[in-house]
Amino acid sequence: MSVARPEVAPPVEAAAAGITPRTILEWIGNLPLHVAIIGLTVAWIVPTVGLLVSSFRPLSAFATSGWWTALSPPFNFTLDNYQHILSTSNLGTSFFNSFMISIPATVIPATVAAFAAYAFSWMRFWGRDWIFLALVGLLAVPLQVTFIPILSMFTSLGLNGTFLGIWLAHTGYGLPFAIYLLANFFRALPADLFESAEIDGAGTLTVFFRIVLPLSVPALASLIIFQFLWVWNDLLVALIYLGGTPEVAPLTVTLANLVGSLGQGYQYLTAAAFLSMIVPLVVFFSLQRYFVRGILAGSVKG
Amino acid sequence: MASVTYDHVVKRYTPETTAVRDFNVEVADKEFMVLVGPSGCGKSTALRMLAGLESISEGQIRIGDRVVNNIAAKDRDIAMVFQSYALYPHMSVFDNMAFPLQMKRMPKADIDTRVRQASGILGLDNFLKRKPRALSGGQRQRVALGRAIVRHPQVFLLDEPLSNLDAKLRAQTRIELQKLHRDLETTFIYVTHDQVEAMTMGDRIAIMYDGVLQQVGTPDDIYDHPANRFVAGFIGSPTMNFVSVTLQNGTAKASGFEVNLPKSVEAQRGILGFRPEALTDRVQDGAAVEMKVDVVERLGSDQFLYGQSGGDAITARVDPRLKVAPGDSVRLGLDTRSLHLFDGETERALI
Repeated sequence: MSVARPEVAPPVEAAAAGITPRTILEWIGNLPLHVAIIGLTVAWIVPTVGLLVSSFRPLSAFATSGWWTALSPPFNFTLDNYQHILSTSNLGTSFFNSFMISIPATVIPATVAAFAAYAFSWMRFWGRDWIFLALVGLLAVPLQVTFIPILSMFTSLGLNGTFLGIWLAHTGYGLPFAIYLLANFFRALPADLFESAEIDGAGTLTVFFRIVLPLSVPALASLIIFQFLWVWNDLLVALIYLGGTPEVAPLTVTLANLVGSLGQGYQYLTAAAFLSMIVPLVVFFSLQRYFVRGILAGSVKG
Repeated sequence: MASVTYDHVVKRYTPETTAVRDFNVEVADKEFMVLVGPSGCGKSTALRMLAGLESISEGQIRIGDRVVNNIAAKDRDIAMVFQSYALYPHMSVFDNMAFPLQMKRMPKADIDTRVRQASGILGLDNFLKRKPRALSGGQRQRVALGRAIVRHPQVFLLDEPLSNLDAKLRAQTRIELQKLHRDLETTFIYVTHDQVEAMTMGDRIAIMYDGVLQQVGTPDDIYDHPANRFVAGFIGSPTMNFVSVTLQNGTAKASGFEVNLPKSVEAQRGILGFRPEALTDRVQDGAAVEMKVDVVERLGSDQFLYGQSGGDAITARVDPRLKVAPGDSVRLGLDTRSLHLFDGETERALI
């Protein structure tokens, strides 16, 4: 950090002239980056907008023309699709179920992972590195291979089709990555902070709660975003452990059923799909600043 | 307030790598002791063993009369200032300084008094609400000191606390630290690789090299009577001149000059050591040395000449008003009262 150093003032001539050969060169140098970013943004926004526009179009228009034609007059928008899915399918229950599944299935693994990652990165115990290695190895295990053993265990424990069962399943699937991510972040914290805290008389738990956690907000936030989005968008795990029971089915399962039961009713699917997208969008945009911000600045060095 | 004793302390990381060997130092109560040496010499390890951050392989460390080998860092009644300052980045300056006291479960009012007292001493009153990243390097350094002061420890440990400051601030903080030591009347143990810091701040200096303690003494003592060639070369700037000599009848003969030794020595050959200021135009009664000048450095108050005498590279400190240009040959006097002679093999001081 260069707090003490005054910023070097830009040469006066360059500021006065505005465009100089140097700024042009910089602009050209950054061009590939800008093109890539704009390309990615467009690739992401076009289908999203298309879905949003389509969800307001009537079936007649839907079947005969592309969604972009709706953006020019004559305008022909309707709320029928939303009215229909909200009144006929049990989308409200599914919406609630998705929250009931996603929130604990995010909080539980994030909490466990934070404690575990702290132990892996800053505590000494026998076999620490081997256990960590095994854990990282679990990242490579495809979750499909776990279905049958876990399902039969859940059946004997009576956890099939319950929220508790799917919370545990998501916790298990999420933990390896969560611990890996957090342990790497914790390890990068300066060792001096821990030594200083030790001399200051802080115990292990105090260090964890008062120093490690506050400094790891960016890492925790990105972990929570990842895990929440993964659970919210998950269809496979929910279908396996919850089955098709409508009382506990999350949005993804209900959406999948919508196609099956309605056959040609694509226009209803667009409305339902957009509803299910709203939550991830809100989560992402409200927490995205944590992706880019580090609060470590100023901890060490001058 | 307490003394600190290292009693035959050894630090071994593996059977082959020993960081500190048989380290014996007694630091008196209220003394400012500087541990100095090149990087990797074990000085930081010695300090960290005292702090409780490293285990002690062999020997004893005592603070006062208490053996602290198996006492946790927090119970040793010490405070440490780290090179990186190790401030808690998410806490305000006030909270940083209050943290060790909160850990002791001290009442809020007392914490407040102590923090304000420390911030008064260090001139941090206007910054208490800021986060460390909004402070300059010098201010951060003072917060780190403040966090140590509030604990009223028996011993202050400082691990290269000035090395992240720029030259001017470093000189200023050096003086402030000395004042602080006088005002607090506490034992300070200060680790540095900078011999200037060691010479200017220490009541006594302990010089380490390669895990071994070389010499302990007052700055004057070490400067005038280095125990071996390493100490002689490490302390002092520009560094001492070392010239191989053969000895005969109390005379040391170098490739370019001869000098009578103040004391006779039982040896055939050795290494003659003399500081640049012993070779000067100001002394005329000593031995004469012809020097061919390669480089001239003028510092205003001083003038250093780097050159050759016979086959040996030597440095001289002369009057800045003396006009010398590179390529000149000058005739300088060598002050025989400040000659050192080192054994060629053991490198111990013979004179």
